Amino acid sequence: MNPPVPMLELRQVSKRFVKRLDTAAKLGNFFGAGMREEVVHAVDKVSLAINPGEVVGLVGESGCGKSTLGRIVAGIHQANEGERLWHGRVIADMPAAEARATELKIQMIFQDPFASLNPRMRVADIIGEAPVVHGMVKLDEFDDYLDQTMRRVGLDPGFKRRYPHQFSGGQRARIGIARALAVKPEFLVCDEAVAALDVSIQAQVLNLFMKLRADLSLTYLFISHDLGVVEHLSDRVVIMYLGRVVEIAPADDLFRGPNHPYAQALLAEVPRLETRRRRFEPVKGEIPSPLDPPTGCHFHPRCPHATERCKREAPVLREIAPQRWSACHLNDAT
Amino acid sequence: MTAPDTALEPALAAKPQTPFQRFLADFFDSKIATAGLVVLAIILFVAIFAPWISPQNPYDLSKLDIMDGRLEPGTKSMDGKPFLLGTDDQGRDMLSAIFYGLRTSLAVGVTASFCAMILGMTMGLTAAYFGGLVETIIMRIVDIQLSFPSILIALILLAVLGQGVDKIIIALIAVQWAYYARTTRGTALVERRKEYIEAAQCLALGDRRVVFRHLFPNCLPPIIVVNTVLIANAIALEATLSFLGLGLPITEPSLGLLIANGFTYLLSGKYWISFFPGVALLFTIVSINLVGDQLRDVLNPRLQK
Amino acid sequence: MTGGSDAPTLVVENLRTHFFTRAGVVKAVDDVSFTVTKGRILGLVGESGSGKSITGFSIIGLVDPPGRVVEGRILFQGRDLASLAENEARKLRGSRIAMIFQDPMMTLNPVLRIDTQMIEAVQAHEPVDRETARQRARDALGKVGIPSPDERLKAYPHQFSGGMRQRVAIATALLHRPELIICDEPTTALDVTIQGQILYEMQKLCRDSGTALIWITHDLSVIAGLADEVCVMYAGRIVEAGTVDEVLDRPLHPYTLGLIGSVPSRNVRGRPLAQIPGMTPSLLSLPPGCAFRTRCERADAACMEAPAITLPLANRPIRCVHPNLAASS
Ligand SMILES: Nc1ncnc2c1ncn2[C@@H]1O[C@H](COP(=O)(O)OP(=O)(O)OP(=O)(O)O)[C@@H](O)[C@H]1O
Ligand SMILES: Nc1ncnc2c1ncn2[C@@H]1O[C@H](COP(=O)(O)OP(=O)(O)OP(=O)(O)O)[C@@H](O)[C@H]1O
Ligand code: SF4
Ligand code: SF4
Ligand SMILES: [Mg+2]
Ligand SMILES: [Mg+2]
Repeated sequence: MNPPVPMLELRQVSKRFVKRLDTAAKLGNFFGAGMREEVVHAVDKVSLAINPGEVVGLVGESGCGKSTLGRIVAGIHQANEGERLWHGRVIADMPAAEARATELKIQMIFQDPFASLNPRMRVADIIGEAPVVHGMVKLDEFDDYLDQTMRRVGLDPGFKRRYPHQFSGGQRARIGIARALAVKPEFLVCDEAVAALDVSIQAQVLNLFMKLRADLSLTYLFISHDLGVVEHLSDRVVIMYLGRVVEIAPADDLFRGPNHPYAQALLAEVPRLETRRRRFEPVKGEIPSPLDPPTGCHFHPRCPHATERCKREAPVLREIAPQRWSACHLNDAT
Repeated sequence: MTAPDTALEPALAAKPQTPFQRFLADFFDSKIATAGLVVLAIILFVAIFAPWISPQNPYDLSKLDIMDGRLEPGTKSMDGKPFLLGTDDQGRDMLSAIFYGLRTSLAVGVTASFCAMILGMTMGLTAAYFGGLVETIIMRIVDIQLSFPSILIALILLAVLGQGVDKIIIALIAVQWAYYARTTRGTALVERRKEYIEAAQCLALGDRRVVFRHLFPNCLPPIIVVNTVLIANAIALEATLSFLGLGLPITEPSLGLLIANGFTYLLSGKYWISFFPGVALLFTIVSINLVGDQLRDVLNPRLQK
Repeated sequence: MTGGSDAPTLVVENLRTHFFTRAGVVKAVDDVSFTVTKGRILGLVGESGSGKSITGFSIIGLVDPPGRVVEGRILFQGRDLASLAENEARKLRGSRIAMIFQDPMMTLNPVLRIDTQMIEAVQAHEPVDRETARQRARDALGKVGIPSPDERLKAYPHQFSGGMRQRVAIATALLHRPELIICDEPTTALDVTIQGQILYEMQKLCRDSGTALIWITHDLSVIAGLADEVCVMYAGRIVEAGTVDEVLDRPLHPYTLGLIGSVPSRNVRGRPLAQIPGMTPSLLSLPPGCAFRTRCERADAACMEAPAITLPLANRPIRCVHPNLAASS
């Protein structure tokens, strides 16, 4: 039996950011200052497949490359290496018109409800610009379409002449969602989409995401550092550490028993309402700088099980049980 | 259909202030800036309506009487009209000459700054959006130009081009576009990294649309601020050039030329020929700068209350 | 139980801090009272803009114009900070009370080396020589878990990661062995594993040296794991207070109830979260009566009058005319 073709797939995708030397540094090097170009491997050979209708959570600590991966998926960043496939076809190889139509099917919701809306445009233009530019609605249907989109996310269409600053954070988040929905996407990348909101408002927006998923049969890549939110929403969870995926597992399995030592540490540190006055037992060590990641397994300086092999050799991500992938040498022993 | 939920009440129920109202309220918070704006408004009024409010047409040589030359402020003329601020060596009424001089100075300054703004903004946006070699070339030219004193560049250009209103405007544009280019690029680089630009890219809106509909309008506030200051600079620079004799012809005197003209008489006690145009120039530049400073503070989101 | 045999380190009574802005008077802190005891941790939770930080700033005397403490007493070990002479109060606030901010760079100077800053901080309040001061700085760094503190003393703030910087800021706050530390969301910008490390240090500090702690956050889950008592703030007022167990297991105020209900782990996976309708009100346009009225499902005519603090259960002050007494868990 063939496995179903995933809706969206990344194959061995890498993204590097290079901080080039400026003239002064080059001049300095000429005299032997020995400055090097700084390279950040923000995303390092990541493969990922997402099936239609799925909600995949992406978690990891700050700077581990979650946003970069999300931007690659949404087509905002171009990967340095690797392929991005849509229903089994490489997007880069599609004819231009089709590639653009595909890009529109993949939309992104951003973290900052302030910075992600153009402060000088009215709500009607923010939401309605793209569908008009791409000829998705006729001008005489535009008003109806706009009203319908705004109502769908719980915004009063009476507010369409307003500017973003006239809305609260939660309403702004809704405008950002409406903007993405207006081009009829099938896949949404949500990058910390509720992180900037108050707890009481967060619940409203999360509920909206779930309702939209049911109404429009959307597929999500849900990026968040809040494991509680990810646990609540996701079918599967991807955990990243310093640019690499360390574990992929169905949400239930992961929260019941994480496999990778980093995943274990992460889950142990999640504050929960149920744990009172606990004794904190911190993971030792700092998150290393992505400019200068540790050799071998990136997690070895902090890992309680690290061996000599971990320092030399990077573990590969492999399937340790059906649907469960992990990148740790400990799994080889069994 | 679900009913829209309760998150629909107006966000600013208390005092609905449009951004413009808030801007005005913030602007008039400072007394000195308000005073600057009032002075500037008077100056603009005088400059625009000079032909109708001046007691005399200082350019009409047939109306001038050399016998009225260098009269003290307040002296009456042959036909009984008082010269409130005295006359110059040709018998011109100083008050009228200042009104017309303001008109010339402001026209030259505003035109030059405006053209420089268009040129500089285009260059700055191009550099910021395309990056790479284009950016390097544009910004190197800017750097080189900004490292020379502007008066020097203007002097050399005028020496090559010759005299005249158009020539001096060209010289001023050449001096000033670099400031606009640098400001625009700086702001555009910051704005370009904001998420709304990424959102526009994600919606496949096309480069030109992203630059002109999304990036450009958000770069305007700092450019407006630079603009006010640079208009003042253009006026001052034009006055300097005229004072040095490289500016406008004496038949259409600007403030700088009026000052230069009276300079020779300063030591013989006939102060008014230089002094009053100097005061007018000072008021113009100070008031523009006051307004510009306040604009900068008000438009700076970090200082917003 | 609150209090116990220990004398309270800090008593705040009817504190009101208002901002007199052009758009109107912002009552950022409006009649707030609480007590912190030696060696215990008080959690202060609430949404953005509910006045948590301004409460902290009022205690440490950092409210800037147009803000002003307009009423209330702040008793530190029995002495009213407002009635003390200014320099005496400042001295107390500099050495016996410390505050740690969300952004550690509010405490650290980016252009000075860590040792310079810490030694100056010691000498500002105590006449000791440089070497003693340096010793103190080194010990403080060690106490917050910074490896090889001797070398680290010679570094500049930008050479540290965010979590390390926050720990340096905490170490600076510890220099004078303060009896009260106010922490304003010091871990919000940090990652879970790093947050765990800092919570661990703070907990140890309270346990070992009896420091009283006020922990400001919007994250109920952090409070659950760390604090002994909790005060829930809404629109400048404390609407509910009590021990962590009592408040989290048996919330009486509809707002607390909603807040706890909307935490994802309290909901069935994949099901809609319980949500508080509406949005956080602007302090300039609070509805008359109970500020939570427009979002509260229990609201009725009785709520048109601002509710006073009542004690429906022992040691459970709350501000609501219809407390949720029925439910018990
Ligand atoms: N445009 C860029 N130029 C240079 N470096 C970048 C750029 N964007 C990201 N990086 C670097 O790539 C790494 C991964 O960044 P990314 O934003 O993807 O992390 P993240 O997991 O989203 O973190 P956070 O939780 O803080 O948002 C970081 O070290 C970051 O400094
Ligand atoms: N300088 C000021 N002028 C006017 N109002 C102010 C000023 N500073 C704070 N406020 C108001 O005081 C209220 C309380 O602010 P505070 O910083 O204490 O909130 P907070 O509970 O700490 O929120 P957050 O979780 O966002 O830090 C806010 O509504 C804010 O608008
Ligand atoms: S590979 Fe080694 S260091 Fe890495 S997580 Fe596994 S045991 Fe730890
Ligand atoms: S006083 Fe009334 S409106 Fe306020 S919380 Fe209690 S029941 Fe709700
Ligand atoms: Mg990110
Ligand atoms: Mg705060």
